[in-house]
Amino acid sequence: MQNFPGVGVSPGRIVAPVRQMPRPLADPPAGEKLAPGTTAEGAAEALKAAARTVQEELRRRAAEAAGDAKAVLEATALMATDPMLIKAAVKLINTGTSAERAVWEAAEAVAAMLVSLGGYMAERATDVLDVRARIVAALRGVPAPGIPASATPFILVAEDLAPADTATLDPSVVVALVTAGGGPQSHTAIIARSLGLPAVVAAAGVDRLPDGTEVYVDGAAGTISTEPGEGERAAATAWAANASTLAVFTGRGTTADGHLVPLLANVGGAKDAVKAAAAGAEGVGLLRTEFCFLERETEPSNAEQVEAYRGVFDAFPGRKVVVRTLDAGADKPLPFLTDATEPNPALGVRGYRTDAASPGVLERQLAAIAEAATGSTADVWVMAPMISTAAEAAHFASLCAAAGLKTPGVMVEVPSAAVTAESILREVEFASLGTNDLTQYTMAADRQLGPLAALNNPWQPAVLQLVRLTVAGSAAEGNGKPVGVCGEAAADPALAVVLVGLGVSTLSMSARSLAAVAAVLATVTLKEAREIATLALRATSPGEARERARGKLPILEELGL
Amino acid sequence: MSERKATVASSSGLHARPAALFAEAAGNAGVEVTIAMDGAPAEDAMDASSILSLMTLGAEHGSTVVLRAEGDGADAALDKLVALLETYLDAV
Repeated sequence: MQNFPGVGVSPGRIVAPVRQMPRPLADPPAGEKLAPGTTAEGAAEALKAAARTVQEELRRRAAEAAGDAKAVLEATALMATDPMLIKAAVKLINTGTSAERAVWEAAEAVAAMLVSLGGYMAERATDVLDVRARIVAALRGVPAPGIPASATPFILVAEDLAPADTATLDPSVVVALVTAGGGPQSHTAIIARSLGLPAVVAAAGVDRLPDGTEVYVDGAAGTISTEPGEGERAAATAWAANASTLAVFTGRGTTADGHLVPLLANVGGAKDAVKAAAAGAEGVGLLRTEFCFLERETEPSNAEQVEAYRGVFDAFPGRKVVVRTLDAGADKPLPFLTDATEPNPALGVRGYRTDAASPGVLERQLAAIAEAATGSTADVWVMAPMISTAAEAAHFASLCAAAGLKTPGVMVEVPSAAVTAESILREVEFASLGTNDLTQYTMAADRQLGPLAALNNPWQPAVLQLVRLTVAGSAAEGNGKPVGVCGEAAADPALAVVLVGLGVSTLSMSARSLAAVAAVLATVTLKEAREIATLALRATSPGEARERARGKLPILEELGL
Repeated sequence: MSERKATVASSSGLHARPAALFAEAAGNAGVEVTIAMDGAPAEDAMDASSILSLMTLGAEHGSTVVLRAEGDGADAALDKLVALLETYLDAV
């Protein structure tokens, strides 16, 4: 039996065979020539055959898809055998270039032309490059990029997973996610939690397991082992049975001694909100408004915005809904707001800062939020992302007041906001800690880089200290203004207890995590939570903080969390 | 050489589904069809069965394009393709 220890990011115990995500294709080397013994005619024929294979595969996938996905796949299928592309590649083959390099360069030129047209056409450049990768894979006789097709369920293993990779992930076929790289706040963690899939990241060596190897994955413990025995299979069966009970959140977050901790949901739009309400969420702690408009080249109209926001408000009549204004930039570019050429997007004009560069967009969004709010009974709060100073908070508050919005707040994700929380809270009514970005900025570690996974851990003592400072800032301000958490940290039941112990008043997370957090929170009194928080604060490493907290919460082991 | 002009009806121009439908139809026409923006030189006309060429053409909603083909059946083929372009293909 081989063991691969990693970082558990989404709980669950399961036994299933492994399928490796095909490795990204290496570019055919520049200047690569026809192999000895290969004629130009032979290479051209091989290219056309590979293109036809790719076209058939894409047509097959289009037949199984619907709506927009179907249209894109059909168009991409046509691209594979496109006369312009093939002619250009054959021309290069006739000058002695290998088939792989020829299609590589020909597609590069087409993609560049599309990018130069901007807008919708520029986005299709990705499709051209995807087709190119598939043709080269077919020429090399290796699996095409993308999630492997399979008739039976499997555990997807990769070096790391990007949003584009997982866009078409089907949770009835992919039953767990395991990566050799990545970190606790990587995309893998986020998508696993939102789909309720067990997941382990930073498990070195897993990407060398042969396809079909049966493994046991424990997403809470963060382990993968081969040759699962009776014990492992029993644990997996128990989890499957438990998972359905754990999925039920009775709708009231509280400690053992009755201290209320409202448990809210992070949502991206009306559909999410409806699911979250069904899962028992006590409200929305984070409406990511940019998710309503991610594909958009131009600013959405007032009517579209009002409809999108009202859809969320209507799912929570009489309940709190916290709307975050457009958080564009870094890993969420919105073409009408952000500049893709910035050298350091994470430190760039993103979130609230886009108001100075593109004035008016924020005002119009606030007006739309206000209009949507008047048509509903939800208690609408509004907060701005990336606030760094009290002056920005004050300006945002004045914009909210002008729009008729009564409860303005700020995200605390820039460390300066945590450290100067008292003066910031003087200007607004509440603060919400965005622990994902707060960790990134505090530890100066890019969220998207695998090698920095250990730093990008919300259990880092420095991050816990900033949470404590933010709460202290509210206490100093003197009006009991609530400090909530809406980052991924809230979804970790042990960390949720620490946050409550530090004085955080509400927790907002992906709806799937509500029941687990509620179950664990209900086993400790507020005093115990504070003691656990103190233990965690005194630790000198994230591992130590986590172990100490988990050591005081026996329910975690019982529930397999 | 037969020639027809057509006005692009699809609301967001000739792209994705409308372009795919048009390219496929042009490919099945039985004659070679070229397409160019109205006023552009005939030598610069592109292969109408190439979806990539159609996309780089940048034909916006309401713009006029020129279709050319020759040989047996050219006129009939061009008439069909003009009808396709002038249909509101987004609804298809």
